[in-house]
Amino acid sequence: MSAEADVDVLRREGRIVVVGASLAGLRAAETLRAKGFTGSLTMIGDEPYEPYDRPPLSKQVLLGREEAGDTALPRRRDIDAEWILGVAAEGLDRDTKRVRLANGDTVPYDRLLITTGTRARRWFVPEQAALDGVFVLRTRDDAARLYRKLAAGPSRVLVIGAGFAGSEVASACRERGLEVTVAELGPAPLVGALGGVIGAVAARLQRSHGVDLRCGVSVTALEGDRAGRLRRAHLSDGSAIDVGVAVTALGAIRNTEWLDGSGLAAGPRWGIACDAGCRAFDANGIVTDDIYAAGDVARSPHPLFDYEFLALEHWGNAVEQAEIAAHNMICAGPDRRPHLWLPMFWSAQFGVNIKSVGVPTLGDQLVIAQGTLAEERFVAVYGYHGRVIAAASFDGAKWLGFYQEQIENAAPFPPEYRVVDGRTEKPQPVDPEFPDPHLPTHGATVRLTGHSPSEQRVEFVPRRA
Amino acid sequence: MTLGTLSAQISDYANRANPYPLYAELRKHPVTREDDGSYLVSTYYEVRNLANDPRLSNDTRNRAPEARRPDPGEEAGLPPSFIFTDPPVHDRLRGAANRPFGPPHSPRFLYGLRGDLARVVTDLLDAFEGKDEVDIVDDFAYPLPVTAICKVLGVPREDEPRFHGWADALAAGIDPQPGYSEEQVATARQGLNVYLSDLIEASRRRPRPGILSALAPETGPGGGMTPADLVATAALLLIAGHETTVNLIANTTLTLLRHPDILRRFQNEPDLAVPLIEEVLRYEPPVQFVPWTTALDDIDVAGTTIPKGAPVWLMLAAANRDPQRFEDPDRFDPDRKDNQHLGFYTGIHYCFGAPLARMEALIALPQLFRRIKNPRLLEDPPPYRTNAVLRGPRHLPVAIEGLAP
Repeated sequence: MSAEADVDVLRREGRIVVVGASLAGLRAAETLRAKGFTGSLTMIGDEPYEPYDRPPLSKQVLLGREEAGDTALPRRRDIDAEWILGVAAEGLDRDTKRVRLANGDTVPYDRLLITTGTRARRWFVPEQAALDGVFVLRTRDDAARLYRKLAAGPSRVLVIGAGFAGSEVASACRERGLEVTVAELGPAPLVGALGGVIGAVAARLQRSHGVDLRCGVSVTALEGDRAGRLRRAHLSDGSAIDVGVAVTALGAIRNTEWLDGSGLAAGPRWGIACDAGCRAFDANGIVTDDIYAAGDVARSPHPLFDYEFLALEHWGNAVEQAEIAAHNMICAGPDRRPHLWLPMFWSAQFGVNIKSVGVPTLGDQLVIAQGTLAEERFVAVYGYHGRVIAAASFDGAKWLGFYQEQIENAAPFPPEYRVVDGRTEKPQPVDPEFPDPHLPTHGATVRLTGHSPSEQRVEFVPRRA
Repeated sequence: MTLGTLSAQISDYANRANPYPLYAELRKHPVTREDDGSYLVSTYYEVRNLANDPRLSNDTRNRAPEARRPDPGEEAGLPPSFIFTDPPVHDRLRGAANRPFGPPHSPRFLYGLRGDLARVVTDLLDAFEGKDEVDIVDDFAYPLPVTAICKVLGVPREDEPRFHGWADALAAGIDPQPGYSEEQVATARQGLNVYLSDLIEASRRRPRPGILSALAPETGPGGGMTPADLVATAALLLIAGHETTVNLIANTTLTLLRHPDILRRFQNEPDLAVPLIEEVLRYEPPVQFVPWTTALDDIDVAGTTIPKGAPVWLMLAAANRDPQRFEDPDRFDPDRKDNQHLGFYTGIHYCFGAPLARMEALIALPQLFRRIKNPRLLEDPPPYRTNAVLRGPRHLPVAIEGLAP
């Protein structure tokens, strides 16, 4: 049978299973139906809720402007799916094409889409993480619990980690009038995403809004009372803070454990490697043709950024990648489309809208093209080997479309044209001050086996905790 | 000032009723260089990108000296209003004006005016009783926005006859070929300045509803505004509030009367108002083009280099009918999907009053077409206003056969 005929049968009566019932999963399902898929569609999610939106959780929900339960994602169309909610996927058997569920059921598929996303990294000492008052913020339930705790008016909140999530929590707490301490191991907030130069502005912003920001320190222990309630936090500089609430915002872990043993190129650190068409790779780096990945859990090569494999925890990426994956799942080869979305994210904190386009972390140089750091209103442009690679704005989001075009066209860096609100004739490039990328990581998690090229294979090495 | 060949034709009153063939001609090239050195940009993506391009300035003081136009405000010693400025000045003034007007600081302000405006609409329509012919402009489309902007600003409605003429003359000032002499425009500016300065002074002493009081320089959160900034801002909002929504309402009425099938649908389906108004903003935008921007540096657009200092006209109405962006663009289709028109402009100068204009149109149009019976156009095309930028009917005579309660 020809590939085209296969695709026709698949579109009419195929079985598509989506594991991960959140933004990417929902948008993929809608796209499948919009493109004429009439087969069976199964949505599997480990939370008991239908897909909901996460950006409001760290903002409107914590401020009490929106209920955590009211964040359900609007539907673009009816998707006529079978929903299996509140049940986690536990395993994948690629030979028999079945997803194994935690309740013992198995679900067969012709095409599988994995959109299992990420989860919050929890505090590393389980007994301390279990204390009443220690939170993470990733799910609707997390947000509802944290909101209730904040509404009770704790005397001080400790936020561990000053990335975007931690900074947004700190901002919401200050807006609620709560005392906040932020502990950040790096030299400034947001430094991992935007570098130290912009991080210094974020630090000033936090302090001017009354945050007790402590950089270059880590939290060494969370101490509870006999009733198991959080009472105190100990810092690496020897100091201690009395707190009743701690929010750990230490980044995310990709939800791939259920794929252990499946032979897919999947790991908690890098996610699921896939090609630009969203087809997952197996552990040998060979592309599959029936398993796709999209959203936070996927990592795919991007031609604009030296074909580097990018994993993006961005709302817009989840939507776009899901749409591409859905399209490609029910198309024959030549009709498939690549996912070339330009990374883009935004944040709202301390009354400032922060937006970024491109990949700032690749930047080796930085200029302030518009506005000034001192006014906390600017567009920063990042250069990489003499071309524009990214831009980030504080209260200047409307200009980013222009810089996006500069990135897409590999425009020369530094920019040499006059712009509105440009404060110098020729802005001087500086080092954006990203942390050293060569810091120790989790180490190798795969190794090559076999001797002759015909028998060489990749094998996973068990992860060291 | 003499204009280039095509811009002169666009400004020519003979083409006012239907400028769209000229725009189609323009779109043959995304960028047209005129013999007077200005550049007309007419295709959707090019207009949209330029409006968001930081190399394009709204401050005409950046023009090459020979391309500058006299600014009546400047001659009256006033700073330019924020529509004619760039950041950071623009952001400061617009931000201050927005505080009492909209979110995040005043999310309920406009919503709170809805009841009042609905009553104004009802009163205007009640006055149609017993008539078999009405002028939709004079009797309906004009009085509503005027009342609305007076309420928004806190300007006494009964002063309207005083500032009506000034607003008209000053609105003509943005037209490439104003129907007023420079002297008339300057006199209007002087008159409006004195009037607004007095009013601002009075509202500072005795605060009244509306955003002028909230902006009064010493007291309000817009403390960043100098008294002169405040007069310039108030004048901008008063004029813009006068001269644009009237066109939106009149253009919608005219378009509906030209499309009886859609009119019948609208009468049975008042919720159609939302996409219908968006489609009018695409199809017959009240602001047809923006002729006052300037290139700060050489800008390459679709193979043409617009040189530093050159005047740039962004042809919104032409872009809105670009077949590269909109399918069957000359068709009026309220069911159109993905209608990202440029009727309110785009970028940092996106229409400040857009939420107010939409609200007025949404209050006015369903009621109008619910109540007037068997409306019929008496003149097609109707007589247009002279202004080529703020294009709309001067009068819109319509026959009606009574009024529903």
